[in-house]
Amino acid sequence: MARRLTLTGNDAGAEAMRQIDPDVVAAFPITPQTELMHKFAEHVADGDVKAEFVLVESEHSAMSATVGAAAAGARAMTATSANGLALMWEIVYIAASYRLPIVMPVINRALSGPINIHCDHSDTMGCRDSGWIQLYSESAQEVYDNLLQAVRIAENPDVLLPVMVTFDGFIISHTAEVLDALDDSEARKWVGEYRPKYPLLDTDNPMTFGPLDLQDYYFEHKRQQVEGMRAAPDVIRKVGREYGELSGRSYDLMERYKTDDAELVIVALGSTCGTTKAVVDELRDQGKKVGLLKIRAFRPFVEGEVVDALRTAGAVAVLDRSISFGAPGGPVHKEIRAALYGTDCRTPIVNYIYGLGGRDINTDQIRSVFEDMEKVAGGPTPEDNIRFIGLRE
Amino acid sequence: MSEKTWTEIPIGGVIETAGNATEYETGSWRTYRPIWFADRCIHCLRCWIACPDSSIMTEDGKVTGIDYAHCKGCGICSFECPVDPKSIEMKLETDVDAE
Repeated sequence: MARRLTLTGNDAGAEAMRQIDPDVVAAFPITPQTELMHKFAEHVADGDVKAEFVLVESEHSAMSATVGAAAAGARAMTATSANGLALMWEIVYIAASYRLPIVMPVINRALSGPINIHCDHSDTMGCRDSGWIQLYSESAQEVYDNLLQAVRIAENPDVLLPVMVTFDGFIISHTAEVLDALDDSEARKWVGEYRPKYPLLDTDNPMTFGPLDLQDYYFEHKRQQVEGMRAAPDVIRKVGREYGELSGRSYDLMERYKTDDAELVIVALGSTCGTTKAVVDELRDQGKKVGLLKIRAFRPFVEGEVVDALRTAGAVAVLDRSISFGAPGGPVHKEIRAALYGTDCRTPIVNYIYGLGGRDINTDQIRSVFEDMEKVAGGPTPEDNIRFIGLRE
Repeated sequence: MSEKTWTEIPIGGVIETAGNATEYETGSWRTYRPIWFADRCIHCLRCWIACPDSSIMTEDGKVTGIDYAHCKGCGICSFECPVDPKSIEMKLETDVDAE
């Protein structure tokens, strides 16, 4: 029996975690993640979960404790943002290389400096090479749904990779939304029992984690991680379909919002997708053929899906809420361009960097992006293809 | 040990057997080799206590020899030997081969 709740993104995350009821949760606060763990701590204090709640002294320790617990054979989670993710960076890579199915909410916040506690994607984009699966959430509903699916994706024996579920700091984490949640028994049945592949606590089958790997074997271990990532798209699709059967909300690697006959397409991630959908609807009412390609799974990044969605568009605008300094533009832009290279698609692509440090992006600005693309459509990619929107220039 | 492909090894760098460090012949790393002179040895076992690689072989509380498959030639055994002349002397591997 579904429940209709009004929750902030952080509370939606804590609600999903309450239902997942992991064996171990390590916690260290950082704005804007803090309230997620506050809410989860309430569940611990109230005896609503059996999780062992470990309060550590830093995010490096938070991920270390989570990795240790996961290697022991526990279903383990933690959560962080921005500089917290940066502080745990070495262990983030280790978690993926040890093939531990850890699930972690990451509440997107700008990396310092200067210090900024507001939303952008620099934190999780910084981890795009770490070997974690990355699912970007558009809303509190998606935070909840993505976390429940993440457990099944991570623990799939063909994948065995950790998953970060991201959502925009303050915009999603701190604003309340109406969402539908599974009831506890449905959710518990959905996540099921965790059967770890190599539990260290199984002393009848002793094993070692984290031995030294020299020039002769490190490369082969990394190739195995590639294989796990290659298996991930099918698993993400399958889990998304099965979750749809259970909840009525199904998910895929990407979401094509009115792109089938769209002449102009915006590509975006996170909460900006919600804003863009509102503009798409408004322009469609005016007879304009516009659409949004929303990327949910940024890792694994499936080029075929992108090509399919964009090949018939007259112009594409890629919105990046982070910069890759020294590369032209942002990471999403690079991935989109690479995906279309080698195809017969000649669609011009323009990158818009926006929203850094929580700079707002509104419907007027999205509308102006579509207007820009009208001028670009039908021609080559303009020379001025890296633009900034919302910046005082 | 022949080198395996990425499909032939456990994922994540996990080692699925216990105690298989004994299969790794770290003795191949040696530059200096300890030579044990049984007639000088008083079986005080200081070398056995000090050896970081558990490579002093003993039986019934007496030294019987050196495990050359694992001895890395650090020389601690020789350093700790209390008798004069020492019952363990370090010799260059290349010199030992030549003999």
